[in-house]
Amino acid sequence: MDLLNINNLRIEFPSRHGTVIAVDDVTLTVQPGEVLGVVGESGAGKSTIGNAVIGLLEPPGEMTGGHVLLKSEQIDTLSPEAKRKIRGRRIGMIFQDPLTSLDPLQTIEQQLVETIDLHLKLGEKKSQERAVDLLRQVGIPDPENRIKNYPHQFSGGMRQRVVIALALCAEPEVIIADEPTTALDVSIQAQILELMRRLCKDKKVGMLIITHDMGVIADITDRVAVMYHGKLVEEGTTAKILGNPDHPYTQSLISAVPRPDVRLKRFPMVNYIEAESERPKNIDLSTHWLGRHRDFEAVDGPLLSLKNLVMTFVTRPAFLKRNRVSFNAVDDVSFDIAEGEVFGLVGESGSGKSTVARMICSLYKPAAGEVNFAGTDLTKIKSETERDYFRRQMQMIFQDPFSSLNGRMRVMDIIAEPIRFHKLATSNREVEQIVNDLLDHVGLGARASVRFPHEFSGGQRQRISIARALATRPRFLICDEPTSALDVSIQAQILNLLKDLQEELGLTMLFISHDLPVIRQMCDRVGVMKQGKLVEVSATEDLFERPTAAYTRELLDLMPRLDQLSHEGLEVVER
Amino acid sequence: MTENIQQIEKSRLERIFSSDIWYSFSRNPVAILSFIVTVGMILAAIFAPLIAPHDPFNLAAIDIMDASLPPAWQSFGDPKFLLGTDDQGRDILSTILYGARISLMVGFSSVIFSMVVGIALGLISGYVGGRTDAFIMRIADIQLSFPAILIALLIDGVARGIVPKELHADISIYVLIFAIGVSGWVQYARTVRGSTLVEKNKEYVQAARVIGIRPATILRRHILPNVMGPVMVIATIHLAIAIITEATLSFLGVGVPPTTPSLGTLIRIGNEYLFSGDWWITIFPGITLVVLVLAVNLLGDWMRDALNPKLR
Amino acid sequence: MISFIFKRLLQSIVVMLAVALIAFSMFRFIGDPINNMVGQDTTQEEREALAERLGLNDPFFVQFGRFALHAAEGDFGISYKYREPVSTLIKARLSATLELSFVAAVLTLVVGIPLGVYTALKGKGLISKGIMTLSLVGVSLPTFLIGILLILLFGVILRWLPTFGRGDVVAIGWWTTGFLTASGIKSLILPSITLALFQMTLIMRLVRAEMLEVLRTDFIKFARARGLPDRSVHFKHALKNTLVPVITVTGLQLGALIAFAIITESVFQWPGMGLLFIQAVSDVDIPIMAAYLVLIAFFFVVINMIVDILYFTVDPRLRADSAA
Repeated sequence: MDLLNINNLRIEFPSRHGTVIAVDDVTLTVQPGEVLGVVGESGAGKSTIGNAVIGLLEPPGEMTGGHVLLKSEQIDTLSPEAKRKIRGRRIGMIFQDPLTSLDPLQTIEQQLVETIDLHLKLGEKKSQERAVDLLRQVGIPDPENRIKNYPHQFSGGMRQRVVIALALCAEPEVIIADEPTTALDVSIQAQILELMRRLCKDKKVGMLIITHDMGVIADITDRVAVMYHGKLVEEGTTAKILGNPDHPYTQSLISAVPRPDVRLKRFPMVNYIEAESERPKNIDLSTHWLGRHRDFEAVDGPLLSLKNLVMTFVTRPAFLKRNRVSFNAVDDVSFDIAEGEVFGLVGESGSGKSTVARMICSLYKPAAGEVNFAGTDLTKIKSETERDYFRRQMQMIFQDPFSSLNGRMRVMDIIAEPIRFHKLATSNREVEQIVNDLLDHVGLGARASVRFPHEFSGGQRQRISIARALATRPRFLICDEPTSALDVSIQAQILNLLKDLQEELGLTMLFISHDLPVIRQMCDRVGVMKQGKLVEVSATEDLFERPTAAYTRELLDLMPRLDQLSHEGLEVVER
Repeated sequence: MTENIQQIEKSRLERIFSSDIWYSFSRNPVAILSFIVTVGMILAAIFAPLIAPHDPFNLAAIDIMDASLPPAWQSFGDPKFLLGTDDQGRDILSTILYGARISLMVGFSSVIFSMVVGIALGLISGYVGGRTDAFIMRIADIQLSFPAILIALLIDGVARGIVPKELHADISIYVLIFAIGVSGWVQYARTVRGSTLVEKNKEYVQAARVIGIRPATILRRHILPNVMGPVMVIATIHLAIAIITEATLSFLGVGVPPTTPSLGTLIRIGNEYLFSGDWWITIFPGITLVVLVLAVNLLGDWMRDALNPKLR
Repeated sequence: MISFIFKRLLQSIVVMLAVALIAFSMFRFIGDPINNMVGQDTTQEEREALAERLGLNDPFFVQFGRFALHAAEGDFGISYKYREPVSTLIKARLSATLELSFVAAVLTLVVGIPLGVYTALKGKGLISKGIMTLSLVGVSLPTFLIGILLILLFGVILRWLPTFGRGDVVAIGWWTTGFLTASGIKSLILPSITLALFQMTLIMRLVRAEMLEVLRTDFIKFARARGLPDRSVHFKHALKNTLVPVITVTGLQLGALIAFAIITESVFQWPGMGLLFIQAVSDVDIPIMAAYLVLIAFFFVVINMIVDILYFTVDPRLRADSAA
């Protein structure tokens, strides 16, 4: 007997632009003790399935077809009250963000005891004992005392453990986990996944894990269902789907996943999803504005050289200097980047890598140290006009495509702004021509210029950001997590574009990412940061094959195992 | 090139009609009705000299024999005076039209005053931060501890102390605009500051700074357009509050002088006759005031929901 | 906790000093204080003697310091119009305003918060839509008009309730109360409803908006996903989280009631501080205006202090921050 059956599920969201079919004829089963992964990119409808199973579809969404069966008993037609009794008791749910999943005004104990007593009717005393026991099971040290604490007194990873304990309160038969590790750092992600897998096997619980992350799929699932635009395109054992996918969508998805073990020339076959408009190479870079005047004065030694850089943030402001509490976000960081090199900076959130980038382009003023660019120490520059000369040579691409473009400006004005500001063109006509060419060159087409940012998808917006960065004809480009907000197939396209541009224009790049496989694909040399300090700088291949710092080894060990992934059609860079 | 521009113009119109705001508006009868009422009353006030049946301020045209006539449909009513007359024989309908003119003029002017001051201080406070921010926000906090009406009363009282008595009637309307305007800037400043704090950390502002754009340009070109949404909602609701405040001050006898009465002044004048049964002198201006304020409030309420769709 | 209160106390003193500075500047620079105090026939020598006696020739900050010290003792000088100490005038009217504001505050909270919760939870019901519409009408009705309408209905047409004054009051020391006589309580009904109505709608709409916001949060979704019944989700988890932001605004609004009483008092001829103040504005009686300003600021500071302490006990996150 199957534990959970989802049969021919169909979910519709009526809207004024017509009805959106979020889930279309999806059939899934989960067995006791099995972990089923539902994988897909944003908008694939995977989260909606989880909400429908527990009967908490958000309006105006509604189930218009299919059944949900729990141990052969149909549960989607039950009364709201009967559905409520199933939630938490027989089906547990884990959400993405542990920071917002717990009531901030109640202690962990109050929340656990309420849930336990509600479902198991154990009474106050027994419920408390069970709550402590659950916390111990999910790996919270000193549970007898920690249980009296409020959620804000726990770290993100610990809070997710509490959330898991809450989901396990009444020994549910099924657990639905919706992106349970997306908000966590890699090191914590591995621990949480390990915990979930162990609990699932020990207690013979069936788990439905919803994720966009192939690493999570490879780490924890037994079987995988692949979703695309509301439809189930392929289902099978994890080894089969990752190693030998049948459906072209799955194939393109797998090939777009950055590999930790090899370096590719380019990502192949990424055009199934958002047809990448063929980049029309109608710009001859040897004559075009973008390629001309690239003869920057040559530099002796590295193009960029950071010396003992320090950045201090005040965490508790006070009127008197001695009462202020501060910490060093960046602590004594030095490295060089040679002309034409791609230098990677990797580290977990809060390691200070973005702060380094912001100091290089003068968004932050360093507390100490030098930023030498083309032989000039930028921290010593006093006048804004003098600084403009260097700003033109140095541009930045940001992480979030939804906030990096001003929604009130047309694409034309967004990209023209740097050209006009630095007076890089003589007439309006020329500016417009350049903008259109740039848009062509990044694969968007000149017609994009009259539209507004909200009319574009995340990947397209990132192309607009790239066009804006190119519009000053820079020699040095800082990419701060340029693809971490994007779906994996779009990420592959953007990384390909950045590789091409770097080659064509001979750009020097600082590439920042928390994602080691991405770093491996993009960079020549890599620096590893931990809590504001640079712990290792090595050539990329050396870093991955022969790491020297203990922390680097730790990070590499925590990388998801992706060796099951199909290598078909990949063009590997041989050393 | 011209073709290109036409295309842009067209898409701008299209943008309005295909926008979610327009959709929400066209599907909401309350919003449409309140919009019609608001615009109708504004137009009636602007063109009061053209549409008012009598000129209540032309002393020659007023006959004391017509004093205190009830509305036309009541016994003793005169069809010449649809809503009756006041104690001096002025046509109520006409005084209402002229009164609404004053009320709206004071309302709009003080809203614009508050808006300009509030937006400017909010932008500076949010963008510059540090001591400037602390200073401006402290003042805002202190002012917030006093209701707007009290601030306005104080400013009015101070003005009375400074300005010679004979001049007072002439400038009292400007004092009123200033008083209501000053009492309202905090709301804008706090909202704009909050939005500015959010916007300035967004990556599009950082991108502009990386390009080298100067702070003044960033504020004007990038941040200002992005903080205007909530400001428009506040401005609409503030218009209602400003009209009420003006009416209240005039009712308390410290607002506009009786020679150019606003709706509040009319209600004050009528209030004295309420107990003697001449209810129309106070009730009709009262109804006008409430309908006007209600329409503006409904509009503001709809706008807040439309701009913040997750709240529904 | 102690250091938190101490910090707040310090801030309150700064606020009070700032307000006192404004009040003093009003007193000192608007009109000529001497002219306002003496008659037409006073000689120049007598005026100068008076100025010297009052210390008007001292440096600004010495004068301000004296003003602040006197104000702290409740001495705000002599009213220009009544020729009586301002403190005596205010003391006689303080109880009337405070009693009115207190009743209105209780009304506001007892009616406003439950209605806000109700309309947030039953957003789609007919009753709650009706309440929401009525509340908009409530916000659109100027306080003085509400007063006039209530007088017209209950005083003139139905003749049920008195329309002006406090009725019979009982003196307890210098405090006079209307709570102990039938006519006193009857007289309170219309003014307190008038005063409460606007704040009530405001609090109600605020509670509704905050509650809707809380109901959309992840932890509410997670509470539902654990199968917790609506009763617990709404009142145990949502309501408590709603009240945290509501407390601040409520404090401010209750403070505002005392000043808003100006309008109500003037409509109902209620013998309180507001009526005194509005007459002072008309007569440019600066000492009374200054005293009223300082007094309102004082009430505000006290209420804010209470709100902060309440905040502290409700929200564990604050407790942790100040402990760290």
